[in-house]
Amino acid sequence: MSVSFEKIEAILDRFPPQPEHLVSAFQEIQAEFKYIPADAFNAVCDHLGVPRSQGWAVATFFKSFSFEPKGIHEIKVCLGTACHLKGGARLVEGLERELKVERGHTTGDLLFTLDTVNCVGACALAPVVVVGEEYQANTNSRKLKKHLKKVAAE
Amino acid sequence: MRQISTALKLDENRLASPAALAAYRESILAERDPNRPIIIVCHGTGCLATNSPKVADTLRRAIAAAGLQAQVVPEIKTTGCHGFCSRGPLVIFHPTGLFYQRVQPEDVEEIVQTTLLEGKPVERLLYVDPNTGEHIVHDHDIPFYKYQQRLVLRNIGKIDPADIRDTIAAGGYQSLAKVLAGMTPEEVIAVVETSGLRGRGGGGFLAGRKWRLAVENVRKSPGPVYVVGNGDEGDPGAFMDRTLMEGDPHAVLEGMIIGAYALGAQQGYIYVRLEYPLAVRHLSVAIEQARALGLLGQNILGTGFDFDIKINRGAGAFVCGEETALIASLEGRVGEPKTRPPYPAEKGLWNRPTIINNVETWGNVPQIIEKGADWFAGMGVPHSTGTKIFSLVGKVNNVGLVEVPMGITLGRIVEEIGGGVPGRDEFKAVQTGGPSGGCIPWELKDTPVDFDSLTRVGSMMGSGGMIVMDKRDCMVDVAKYFLEFLMDESCGKCVPCRMGLERMHAMLGEFTMGKGSLEDLDELHSLAEGIKDGSLCALGGTAPNPVLSTIRYFRDEYEAHILHKTCPGKVCRELITYAINSELCNGCTLCARECPAGAITGVKKKPHEINSSLCIKCGVCFEVCKPEAVEIL
Repeated sequence: MSVSFEKIEAILDRFPPQPEHLVSAFQEIQAEFKYIPADAFNAVCDHLGVPRSQGWAVATFFKSFSFEPKGIHEIKVCLGTACHLKGGARLVEGLERELKVERGHTTGDLLFTLDTVNCVGACALAPVVVVGEEYQANTNSRKLKKHLKKVAAE
Repeated sequence: MRQISTALKLDENRLASPAALAAYRESILAERDPNRPIIIVCHGTGCLATNSPKVADTLRRAIAAAGLQAQVVPEIKTTGCHGFCSRGPLVIFHPTGLFYQRVQPEDVEEIVQTTLLEGKPVERLLYVDPNTGEHIVHDHDIPFYKYQQRLVLRNIGKIDPADIRDTIAAGGYQSLAKVLAGMTPEEVIAVVETSGLRGRGGGGFLAGRKWRLAVENVRKSPGPVYVVGNGDEGDPGAFMDRTLMEGDPHAVLEGMIIGAYALGAQQGYIYVRLEYPLAVRHLSVAIEQARALGLLGQNILGTGFDFDIKINRGAGAFVCGEETALIASLEGRVGEPKTRPPYPAEKGLWNRPTIINNVETWGNVPQIIEKGADWFAGMGVPHSTGTKIFSLVGKVNNVGLVEVPMGITLGRIVEEIGGGVPGRDEFKAVQTGGPSGGCIPWELKDTPVDFDSLTRVGSMMGSGGMIVMDKRDCMVDVAKYFLEFLMDESCGKCVPCRMGLERMHAMLGEFTMGKGSLEDLDELHSLAEGIKDGSLCALGGTAPNPVLSTIRYFRDEYEAHILHKTCPGKVCRELITYAINSELCNGCTLCARECPAGAITGVKKKPHEINSSLCIKCGVCFEVCKPEAVEIL
């Protein structure tokens, strides 16, 4: 996912220069590059007429924005109440050991980013972990380990 | 999206008047063969995760291959969530209501042979009542569905949310037509007011009064006004808004269009939580199709009324479910709440009067218009009218979404609809109201579930999450869990919330390690009261609820941690040890291989042992042991 001004321009073209589009514009940037590159950040603020300080406040307030590149596969361990009762916290710890990264971080090979999420609203599947777009239902550390091996090999 | 509308020829059928909608509906119904069997394959998030698209695909192919000439070829329909998520993927046959659960692609061949060709049910795919062991053939006989009253959810599981014609055939947008054909905005507000509809998102404020206030404010200061649908469902353990937006997006749109008419708004916004991509997709398709038919956009149903809706996606902040924070986020600012008053009905989006309601609240509006205020007010109990959707999750047999009349008792929801907790125990507590709600103990199972009764027992309605806990759950740990959540989500603007929650969390952390004293417990209690009084918004104001309610009802558990250094639920890591029961252990070596700390030793086919000085208490051995020989002491 290389950062290019063409890509940034293409995203900015979709938004009229009004500050109200700040969150949406960051979302598009995040979706395109999997993080908000410094150039893109500045371009968004300048295009929408938002002071960079305010842009910074917004980009750091919301959890979905990141200033560091994320891995190819994003792992989201659900820590909603139902998942908590069924051992979600143990799953994160297991993954931290397995991937040798702390939650919120990306593996050195940029393959996986390990994150937690407050609830994916799939409580019947608890404990649930979302890898990429796939829901791993009623999972455990052993099943996850196998699944990640499979994903990494693809 | 554009293609779907084009394929359905919606543009050609643009509806020029309220009467044209009725005619269009007739034409849709006339095209459909009422006797044609329909096989519904649930495509809610739960069923999608357990392989339902493949089941639908395999069914389509198997039916085509079976050459069902003599019989009518059934139509396969994919719908939103049926609510019974723990049993997915669900396959239901209409018109009979034959109900199959946990269907996998491998089952399809047998379904086609036995059910479609021979007309008999496949026994092993039927639902088995865990209490009676009885096989139940039809969905309406399953206790989970039998005791529900599905009004807001009435179309979900029957219609394809990506095809507006299904919605219209089911009666969608008729209330909008009724309103535009002959009701004044004042009459619309009066109906909503008389119905007693209260906000479904947590606040419980009377929707009609909110609308009335906004209209009065517009009169005082003419100019643009807005309606907003709050779909930023952030409470962990709650997914009714998601299901509604995914499964019947038009119900939300129709409610909002009616609200916009009452207020005179031309622009609306739906704010959808980041984690709900499918909801965004279905809402986008719905908006596109409604526009193509002239139900949204310029000159709605030819009556000169203009109104459009834009979707905004959340960016991952729980506090944005709070209305003033949500509005700040819509304006492109940091999602921090501000002091109220002024309420959004006076100064909302861009400081203009704004009606902001939860999407479930909006979803109630069309039916109230259709069937009348008295019909709605006749359900539920005084001051809590109508029905409410709950997501029943946790340690309960039937996990899923349930819609019941307000005032039903907690015990009936958990035991009759939910089928009780697994293992025939009684539930220990039910947590309602999201992270800022409270834990209601089994002793209070006869508490009616309505806004005021729940508040009286120290919890709240919230948005409708209902998490069932059993004896294996630790109430101190649960309180700590919720505080961790709220501490993380506190925006940090006011001191009681920012610092107070952190302090409470630290104290609970001590308790879970068997430290602290009873004086600390009292201090925790008074700190909780202080935060309740001193916080700026509802997040901080209600954040102490999990602490206060667990101290109130489960003080013995706190004391067990503090005085006896034991965790009755066997959850708190510092107070438990793992051990292997040598009589049950078959020496399969799985735990030893999986143990990340190398703490388990033993010879193949001989009982293994855990070296407690190496054990990190990660619980992996407990999880993987098939003969359940690993015990927590």
